[in-house]
Amino acid sequence: MLHRECGVFKTSYAADMAIYPLPLARWTVVGLVALFLALPLSLSEYYLSILNLILIAVVGALGLNLLVGYTGQISVGHGALMSVGAYTAANLITRLHAPFWLAVPAGGVMAAAIGALIGVPSLRIKGLYLAIATLAGQLIIEWTINHVPWISGGVQASIDVPRPSVLGMQLKTQTQLYFFLLFFAALATVGIMNLARSRIGRAFIAIRDQDVAAEIIGINIFRYKLLSFAVASFYAGVTGVLYTYYLGVANYEQFQINVSIDYLAMIIIGGLGSVLGSIFGAIFVTMLPIATRWTLESLGGLIFAPSELANIIPNLRLVIFGALIIIFLALEPEGLYRLWRNVLGYFRVWPFSY
Amino acid sequence: MPEFDWAFTLALITNGVMIGLMYTLIALGFVLVYKATDAINFAQGEFVMFAGFIAAAGAYFGGLPFWSCALLAVGGMIAFGFGLERVVLRPLIGRPVVAVIMATIGVAALLRGFATLAFGAGTRAIVLPVGDEPLFLGPVMLPPVELVGAGVSLLFLAAFGWFFLRTRMGIAMRAVADSQQVAMAMGINVQRYFALAWAMAGIVSALGGVVWGAMLGVDNQLALVGFKVFPVVILGGLDSVIGTVVGGLIVGVVENLAAGYLDPYVGGGTKDFAPYVLMIVALMIRPYGIFGSRRIERI
Repeated sequence: MLHRECGVFKTSYAADMAIYPLPLARWTVVGLVALFLALPLSLSEYYLSILNLILIAVVGALGLNLLVGYTGQISVGHGALMSVGAYTAANLITRLHAPFWLAVPAGGVMAAAIGALIGVPSLRIKGLYLAIATLAGQLIIEWTINHVPWISGGVQASIDVPRPSVLGMQLKTQTQLYFFLLFFAALATVGIMNLARSRIGRAFIAIRDQDVAAEIIGINIFRYKLLSFAVASFYAGVTGVLYTYYLGVANYEQFQINVSIDYLAMIIIGGLGSVLGSIFGAIFVTMLPIATRWTLESLGGLIFAPSELANIIPNLRLVIFGALIIIFLALEPEGLYRLWRNVLGYFRVWPFSY
Repeated sequence: MPEFDWAFTLALITNGVMIGLMYTLIALGFVLVYKATDAINFAQGEFVMFAGFIAAAGAYFGGLPFWSCALLAVGGMIAFGFGLERVVLRPLIGRPVVAVIMATIGVAALLRGFATLAFGAGTRAIVLPVGDEPLFLGPVMLPPVELVGAGVSLLFLAAFGWFFLRTRMGIAMRAVADSQQVAMAMGINVQRYFALAWAMAGIVSALGGVVWGAMLGVDNQLALVGFKVFPVVILGGLDSVIGTVVGGLIVGVVENLAAGYLDPYVGGGTKDFAPYVLMIVALMIRPYGIFGSRRIERI
């Protein structure tokens, strides 16, 4: 965060591990909370809907970063787990009229159960094999949802879901939805921050850095790998439910393999193994197609015909997306988080830097 | 259950073998790269699609005859393979597996977007100079496209066998695959063979692109063939050329049998589904494949 640690001396481990490293950090948090609460007052519905998409993506990116960034287990099945959450919630809501405080965790728990199942092969395999096993998980879940009408609710494989009701009031506007989503995004962020600095989080990092060594110092690798898969999948499931609420419909086409890749891109671009990085990545990747469209719609009309633009925009987005992944991997493997740290590091001793 | 129909089953199996050989051709590109450079290519399907686009564009824009188009695709993909290795993969040497996987996923997105931008969104045809009169072998009907595909695949496997066993370059490549350090100590330019492996993956993809493009038509969807590569290589074993053939045959036959017998009951789509179920089972029982070498890990 933005603060300077001049004149602060820590004298105990408790102080070093504190969630607010400096007295000033408390005020930074207060400032951030105020900013997020005041934001909807100054934005139109359209910009708020984009902000809402970002909040949803933050939850999913945090979960995937826990798995890939902290535990070092790659997963290409994040999108499918979101669909598990989405359809679990959609069925609960339409059949049993479940309220949101039941539907959201239920979607998460269901996704966590399925995700842990996908994670079982991680005991014996890693790296590429795990990537392919999770890819298989993605395709099999997609196929199952698409072919079992009991889950997917009919031909279109989509279920209409009403907006959630909070305290008897149904959320209608994007502003109301914003506060609803902000609550979950904040909860997810604090949850991962605390998990990462606990015994469990350190076990995850030990497994990532050297799994055999981690086992030798007494970490039950299988249990922690499964736990990591389960927590990441729980986050994915919640993301799916939130996205379903946002769209008003659960549809498996919103959770296909390209979504898994989008989320992987978020954490690569944002920064592996970093909470702030996940948030940066979520913002960046969510904004990318929107920014591409804005730019091309305002400037592209000078060169191309409108009919051509409809074809150019999604493909140009793919090109930029692919190029960015490669550029970040090659030039800044620690992502936007590292760039942010570099900027902060520069200002830390500014203006007396040598 | 109707009475067991031998002719139907035989037809399914024969077609499966042909398709399986065509899968082998594509999977070979993946295995070559993995064997020599330890890099994992998630963009193999996009390679095939891109090669198909080059060949189709040669015929469409240049009006070139088939053989020139195929040569154009091979040449283009060799250049592409060399370039990709130099620009994208070389900076990633020594980095975690996740990084290389993500980089190739990035390449896949890039290729998919670029191919459509450059060549248009419509489906283009590649016309093989063999006609489309199917060949009848008893009850079995074989489309000429599949025959050509399987033939090219077999021819290429033989050529690869010869290359790896007999030529100086092939032996050097096997040395690099076996141990990069020892290969370096023996005076082999390892980087050059990394580039060569990617170029060879390019050749294989070019042939795959022409053959698959002729069968399915060339558009964005052609890249989906790449999804079949993973069951093939996992079943056969990642670092084995023979394993790729066996894996390809298994996947081809299984998906055809599943499509023939299960599709009527579950409403389609088992073709893309069955190989992955088989693969999961294989991963649980024998994670390193039928012919793959077991890895021993040291700290």
